[in-house]
Amino acid sequence: MFKPFVLCLPKHTPPFDKLKANGNLKLHKARSITAMVLAILMPFPLAAAPEQDQAAFREHYRQRFPDLQLPDYSNGVYAIDPVARESWRAIEEFPPYEPAIEQGQKLFAAPFKNGKHYFDCFPNKGRGIAQKYPVWRKQTGEVVTLAKAINECRELNQEPGLPYSTGDLVYLQAYMAYTSRGKAISVEIPEDDPRALSAYEHGKAFYYRRQGLFNFACATCHVQNAGKKLRAEILSASLGHTSNWPVYRLKWGEMGSLHRRFSECLTQIKAKPLPEQSIEFRNLEYFLSYMGNGVPVSGPSTRK
Amino acid sequence: MKALIALAAFVLMSCSSSVIAPNQTPNNNGKQIAFSREKGNCLACHEIADGEFPGNIGPALKNLPSRFKDKHQLREQLWDPARFNPETSMPPFGKNKILSEDEIDQLVDYLWTLK
Ligand code: HEC
Ligand code: HEC
Repeated sequence: MFKPFVLCLPKHTPPFDKLKANGNLKLHKARSITAMVLAILMPFPLAAAPEQDQAAFREHYRQRFPDLQLPDYSNGVYAIDPVARESWRAIEEFPPYEPAIEQGQKLFAAPFKNGKHYFDCFPNKGRGIAQKYPVWRKQTGEVVTLAKAINECRELNQEPGLPYSTGDLVYLQAYMAYTSRGKAISVEIPEDDPRALSAYEHGKAFYYRRQGLFNFACATCHVQNAGKKLRAEILSASLGHTSNWPVYRLKWGEMGSLHRRFSECLTQIKAKPLPEQSIEFRNLEYFLSYMGNGVPVSGPSTRK
Repeated sequence: MKALIALAAFVLMSCSSSVIAPNQTPNNNGKQIAFSREKGNCLACHEIADGEFPGNIGPALKNLPSRFKDKHQLREQLWDPARFNPETSMPPFGKNKILSEDEIDQLVDYLWTLK
């Protein structure tokens, strides 16, 4: 039996701003206030160091949801919607994603035709490492998500790539995320390669760019209006948006990927959805994950 | 069993968000355009009289004559809300051709009557 994540949450967590999962929160007060003011004034924030972006991003939500601690954000909208939270907790007692973890574990342990295994491709045999993804890969100059890393492992072992949005690849991620539960997201932007910062900046630009027929940015809903209701749906904060994947979504009736959700949000604003693992989505995931550094992994999870 | 009930409640809740039709059939076109998900879907963000499950991203739509100097100015708000607020969270219904000129005119007439 796999334990549901909600019941595993630590009883007491360190105060939000004291959390030192990464050392970035020690910003000088005046600087973080400037960054904050900029973030509020600028629909499209000025270029700033990722640490400053992160401080401003968190400060925005801290002011909006003063009762939330950093780890709460891994519960997505259920951290701020007490009504939906009750039924969600009840569901997580018999989590619909459980078969996916079991299936993923089986797949992960099965040998490829050449006798090698998935665990040969990863540090620590692939256990407890999901929180480090996406990673920057210098050799190819690109962001590598966990999903992409799994498919690259297959290619390396002469196996065909798996489809990204649903099925085996998602089960494998479910298993890997499960072994990382409770570990703080810890994504790095290495300073020795300016292209990494540029990939982050592209992800950030995508996040704040207005697009589609509705002319909305991700930030329009998940920053500006987080906590407000779009029809009957409360909008979640983007802080921790990458922490709970993959998810069993009731609307999908199956497990699905983060990038599938990105595309759904784009479709909602009548913008063009992008292919899973496109460079734009990987950079976006890189940016969002970095914003969420310190939020514990809670995937796989259940969502409406 | 408990989980089943919870599941049912959960699913019901997600269904409630797709309720479009108000109890009464809209009696004029402007109202229909405002309420329809495929058209204005204004209820996604605004409270409007008779509308069920409104969002709260924008202000309640009522007493608009006291807030806009004339129908033309209200029309501007629907046409391109960014003209009044560059950081608006409201879609540009006219500018981006989400609604037709005619539909916007009908909406304006309807909105103007809301108390
Ligand atoms: C028109 C409003 C709107 C826009 C714009 C929007 N979203 Fe969403 N998004 C939603 C709603 C509604 C949900 C479901 C409720 C929730 O979790 O916030 C959601 C859910 C999500 C989730 C799932 C959260 C979870 O915990 O499972 C992610 C991730 C997400 N959005 C990312 C994005 C990104 C990235 C963009 C821009 C490409 C974006 N959204 C743009 C409305 C929007
Ligand atoms: C996704 C959100 C959203 C949708 C959909 C939306 N609006 Fe708005 N609306 C807003 C917001 C937010 C404001 C507040 C002003 C601003 O930010 O520009 C606003 C303001 C207004 C105002 C000005 C109200 C006042 O008293 O100043 C009117 C009138 C209005 N909207 C009408 C409509 C109509 C009609 C529709 C549908 C055809 C609609 N809106 C759809 C978000 C929305």
